[in-house]
Amino acid sequence: MQTVKKKTIMPNVDLTCITTDKFKAGYITINFISPLSKATAAKNALLFRVLRRGTLNYPDMESISARLDSLYGASIEAINRKKGEAQCVGLAADLIDDSFVPVGENILENTIALMGEMILAPVTHGGLLTAEYVESEKANLIDSIKSQKNDKINYAVDLMIRSMCQDEAYSVPRLGTESSVSQITPQSLTKHYKELIAGSKVEIIYVGSGSLSRVEAALLNALSALPRRNEATLVTTDIVLTPKKPGNEVTDRMDVNQGKLTIGYRLGKSMLSPNYAALSVFNAVFGGAVTSKLFMNVREKLSLCYYASSIIEKHKGIMIVYSGVDFGNFAKALDEITRQLDAVKSGEITDWELDSAKKSVVTSLKSRLDSASGLEDIYFDNAVADIAVSPEELAVLAGAVTAQEVSAIASNVELDTIHYLTEKGDDQK
Amino acid sequence: MKLKKYEAIGEEVYTETLSNGLNIFVVPKKGFSKKYAFFATNYGGADRRFKVGDTWIDTPEGVAHFLEHKMFDTKDGNALAELSANGASPNAFTSSDMTAYYFQCIDKFEENFKILLSFVSVPYFTPESVAKEQGIIGQEIGMTDDQPGYSIYYSLMKCLYSYNPLRDSVAGTVESIGQITDKTLYDCHKVFYHPSNMALCVVGNVDPDEIVKTAREILPDTRGQYPERDYGSTEPDGVSSPRFERAMDVGMPMFMIGFKHPGDTQGEALQKTTYVANLALEAVAGSSSPLYSRLYSDGLINKQFGTEFETVTNRSHCVLSGESRDPEAVLSALTEEILKVSKNGIDSGLFSRLKKAYTGLVLRNFNSFDSICYNVATAYFKGYDAFQAIDALNSVTKNDVEEYIRENLTPEKCAMAVISPKNSQ
Repeated sequence: MQTVKKKTIMPNVDLTCITTDKFKAGYITINFISPLSKATAAKNALLFRVLRRGTLNYPDMESISARLDSLYGASIEAINRKKGEAQCVGLAADLIDDSFVPVGENILENTIALMGEMILAPVTHGGLLTAEYVESEKANLIDSIKSQKNDKINYAVDLMIRSMCQDEAYSVPRLGTESSVSQITPQSLTKHYKELIAGSKVEIIYVGSGSLSRVEAALLNALSALPRRNEATLVTTDIVLTPKKPGNEVTDRMDVNQGKLTIGYRLGKSMLSPNYAALSVFNAVFGGAVTSKLFMNVREKLSLCYYASSIIEKHKGIMIVYSGVDFGNFAKALDEITRQLDAVKSGEITDWELDSAKKSVVTSLKSRLDSASGLEDIYFDNAVADIAVSPEELAVLAGAVTAQEVSAIASNVELDTIHYLTEKGDDQK
Repeated sequence: MKLKKYEAIGEEVYTETLSNGLNIFVVPKKGFSKKYAFFATNYGGADRRFKVGDTWIDTPEGVAHFLEHKMFDTKDGNALAELSANGASPNAFTSSDMTAYYFQCIDKFEENFKILLSFVSVPYFTPESVAKEQGIIGQEIGMTDDQPGYSIYYSLMKCLYSYNPLRDSVAGTVESIGQITDKTLYDCHKVFYHPSNMALCVVGNVDPDEIVKTAREILPDTRGQYPERDYGSTEPDGVSSPRFERAMDVGMPMFMIGFKHPGDTQGEALQKTTYVANLALEAVAGSSSPLYSRLYSDGLINKQFGTEFETVTNRSHCVLSGESRDPEAVLSALTEEILKVSKNGIDSGLFSRLKKAYTGLVLRNFNSFDSICYNVATAYFKGYDAFQAIDALNSVTKNDVEEYIRENLTPEKCAMAVISPKNSQ
């Protein structure tokens, strides 16, 4: 049995409690939501990494780790998600269900209490977050920023978005930039900390066997000192924008063996009143599934690449196509991707393609309901985007999407930016 | 079918061995709508030289992985598309010692299950389809060549092993896969894809008897021969080379430190050794060890740091990996800590906490359908019962772990691979 309940437990603090006995380990996230901006992204990214370092009762890493070990290897980590132009930072805990450990361990209460301590009772010196932890986590954050380029697929997507959305908050990287991180001081971070925990909307998502009243009581106990203003900072995203320079081509060079072709599109008018079920099915028909036009043609028929897929960022109203191809095949791959999108636009969708796409959307939705982190992700997405449709309802709606609806979405798609990640010229090696 | 209940991890398992030698495991999961089927063969990238009858056969690098791609082709089309069109999410992977095909679905499990059993057991290759796949896999190799995580792993394997084919990439090279023909694929399928060399695991709300019935109907009735494999000359206890370093376009230096575990451990002894070795790594360098705190505070490691005991083919090794501005400093601090723990032993408070934390980790391993299947198949191929995990863990003593550290985490068994950033803009 699974029940989903949503309740405002403090001013601007909402708890979504998904009670289920399916899992051996539960999952809980506490998220502070604020507008994504150049001025605060790095501080947001840094803050919970610093708070995770030590509390009044557990002042250093060794004592925190020892505490987590004694909670049967519970883990608490800083999280940082970008949902459209909202930045959502906080803590996530993965905890063994109390039914698998001796009675009285109260892993749920103890883990939530430790999360509360990290948020509200960090180690301070003279009222400021400890300089030692701030500096050490600044260095780690800068390392993380530098290491992003190790994953060439995601790095290429990041580079594309930075060009495509350069005048929008969406282009701000969720980790901030090296220079913005290096400018942070214990003073500026402490000031930001106080501002963020008092002024932002808080979304808490819990998945596990605990009842709403048990989880609520544990949270109220742990967060009783959380400062709350009457009004939370408003967070909005421009999701209906027109490309400024349609087909703008951007090239970046790196020391790579394989090229990455990444294309950004705007979903246009489809985002005026988004039909999420139809958007998902469109994506699966075009490039999101193994039966999609991109997979079947760009990979299987032409063997141009190992992967060519599309994803939809519903929080921002854009679609991204990404693929890895030989440098010499960029033009061929771009042509084929464009041809396949045109085919969807003109309604060339077979029954098999539509039916397969719908099933793929339904299966992936329902499968996510069978994992604790999958459930968290869906309900967190819904909370941020203020979507009231449950995943079960969405699955039913997806099953009823028509070819006309799919092709209507494709017709509204507008090409924005084409990004090439290619090898260095001979003089640059 | 035989039913066995495992209370410590809250699971029950049905097992059956068919007359063709196939072992079937069914793990019922009430309350889940997802169903998961996993069909694996005890054959991977390292199984390149093997004996059929009296003849030793050598195959190019990358055949097992190539075969994995091509198995989805059927006489009537493509099973990947067929399964997806039927609402399943299918996939497959090849490691150095296993190839597995799996899908998850919500509806039409029975139909999808039949497709799985059938496409894995009935090969269909043509020279044209092999040629086309050389293009796709060539791109996959190009992609992985750009992934520092792959590169550093194989660099470490080359440092640890002198002869074992674990040294080489599972996918092979563009040149080696160029030598693969449809005949190579048919031959290797015949040798390694008979039911007695495979394991089948199903997780979800299914009828165990129906699973067995379907498997009997679809799979061949005959037993195959267990193919004897050759993993090269006997490995020395020491490493092949203590260091490897190369430059790539990465943001931060990456390191991977390995310790070569001696000899060939199998069965229940291996299951216990896995926990002994993992606890040894946790005690020396895990997140609640004094060394970890020190290295983290000094900025020598970050959250990417992790440890693992890995068993592949007939070999095992301990791996510690991460990112660091100064990998050599990490290695020397680690060496020093190992000496200290070897001499003074492990703090008993730390040891009992580590065991508690590890209990949580083992339980988590039985939380997701894919990790249950992977663990079951691995355990079966290596000769132990995956569901006895908690008992095996509980049998480990502090003394076992201290002895492991003293005997196995020694300098002559240790190697480090490093990938440093290219100093260009």
